[in-house]
Amino acid sequence: MATLLRVDGLEAGYGDLVAVRAVSLELAAGELVALIGSNGAGKTTTLRAITGLLRPRRGAVELDGERIDGLASSAIVARGIAHVPEGRQLFPTMTVLENLELGARSPESRRRRGETLEDVFRLFPHLAERQHQLAGTLSGGEQQMTAIGRALMARPRLLLLDEPSLGLAPVVVTSIFENLARINAAGVTVLLVEQNVLRALRLSHRAYVLENGSITLAGPSARLLADEDIRRAYLGR
Amino acid sequence: MAVGLTLIFGVMRVVNFAHGDMMVWGMYLAWVLSTRFGLDPYFGFVICAGVLFLVGVAVQRGLVDRILDAPHEMQILLMLGVALVLENSALMVFGPEPRRVRGVLRLSTIDVGPFIVDLARLVTFVVAVVLSVLLWAFLFKSDLGRTIRAAADNGYGALVIGTNVRRVYAVAFGIGAACVGAAGALVAPFLPFSPSAGLPASVTSFNIVIIGGMGSLPGAFFGGLLVSVAESLGAVFLRPSLKEVVSFSLLIVILLFRPAGLFGKRLS
Repeated sequence: MATLLRVDGLEAGYGDLVAVRAVSLELAAGELVALIGSNGAGKTTTLRAITGLLRPRRGAVELDGERIDGLASSAIVARGIAHVPEGRQLFPTMTVLENLELGARSPESRRRRGETLEDVFRLFPHLAERQHQLAGTLSGGEQQMTAIGRALMARPRLLLLDEPSLGLAPVVVTSIFENLARINAAGVTVLLVEQNVLRALRLSHRAYVLENGSITLAGPSARLLADEDIRRAYLGR
Repeated sequence: MAVGLTLIFGVMRVVNFAHGDMMVWGMYLAWVLSTRFGLDPYFGFVICAGVLFLVGVAVQRGLVDRILDAPHEMQILLMLGVALVLENSALMVFGPEPRRVRGVLRLSTIDVGPFIVDLARLVTFVVAVVLSVLLWAFLFKSDLGRTIRAAADNGYGALVIGTNVRRVYAVAFGIGAACVGAAGALVAPFLPFSPSAGLPASVTSFNIVIIGGMGSLPGAFFGGLLVSVAESLGAVFLRPSLKEVVSFSLLIVILLFRPAGLFGKRLS
């Protein structure tokens, strides 16, 4: 399958701190790939560097064979990468509907806004009921759905998710992960960053393990699930 | 005017200390249009708003953009610098004498029951209300307006969804400056002005914005009504030179009971 995203030797950080060094990963179109690792391993930094929220110091990011590192985040979103950030980053004093509609920024996604909105409401029927409620008054799970819905409104080819399970009840996480599988089945390539290693490995096709800013292990998720070191380090058995 | 200040603060968390001086430039512009081209301020305010929009965009693009991430005292220094430049360039161009724009409605009044209403002030008030409603409609109904509100609500969130935040900031600053330019032109027919009028005007509009609640548009509107009524009553019942005492006492009292202002929400 064709490579959609290629990250090669990425280095990024904040001030004197190097949070990510020499990270390389590849996503084929249609894949659902997990990036797992403990707190502070550099997962969020990797995502931020891919979407241009943080300028990479070294290395290359390619989407469909074109370099996108160094572009402004608005240009990167316009090329088809949508980011569901850590902490959701909704617009709390605006309605769910406004939050969703704001996700459609490119001319193409704006033109098909009504159609995409129907898809999002089909995926998250809950949001349809709450569409006129202010985003700040939603429960954590509903906020996460809104954040995912807002990203889908951009009609992305690649969806990046940063800890979508954070702070949510297990049953809500189950529902959100089912929806991620559905989004992926509809043709959207997904890169999922998770601390919930067990669930992430069960959902994804392949996974990368990030430790102290570098990739230490990579492979099919089923194989990683059986790996002794992974089980000891992340699954506690 | 206060609405413009609120918009700039709400979106960018930048306090525009040059706001009053931008208003004074709006007034001088109305004066030039009226004396040179015979254009009455009630039409000229559109041009004033347009010119000040460009000034606002230029100030944002050229100056404020560079220091948005810098500590707040840098912004204060920068905006005070802009204020000084605007005030003194007005002094160089127009001289220190107070000016006044002679509008067509000067001295015309209408009687409403026992009250005599100055028509110029009434028209200014009505136009200000209409402009506020238009601004509200723009912010709540148009895509660009919604994007501005989104950037004000959560700047990082706006960046994440691919907003060109620099452009949004420039437009917001421009609209804020356009509001104050229009305000300057609209009050010019009954308020004599000189280049030094900028600072008191800035202070008054800060008072309004803080009373109304920083970052709240309805707060700016009702704060403006409250402050002007308080000042007028103060001028009638105490003496005109004491009217500011009334409005600033009002500020202190409101801050004692509602530290975030009448419509404000606490900033985390």
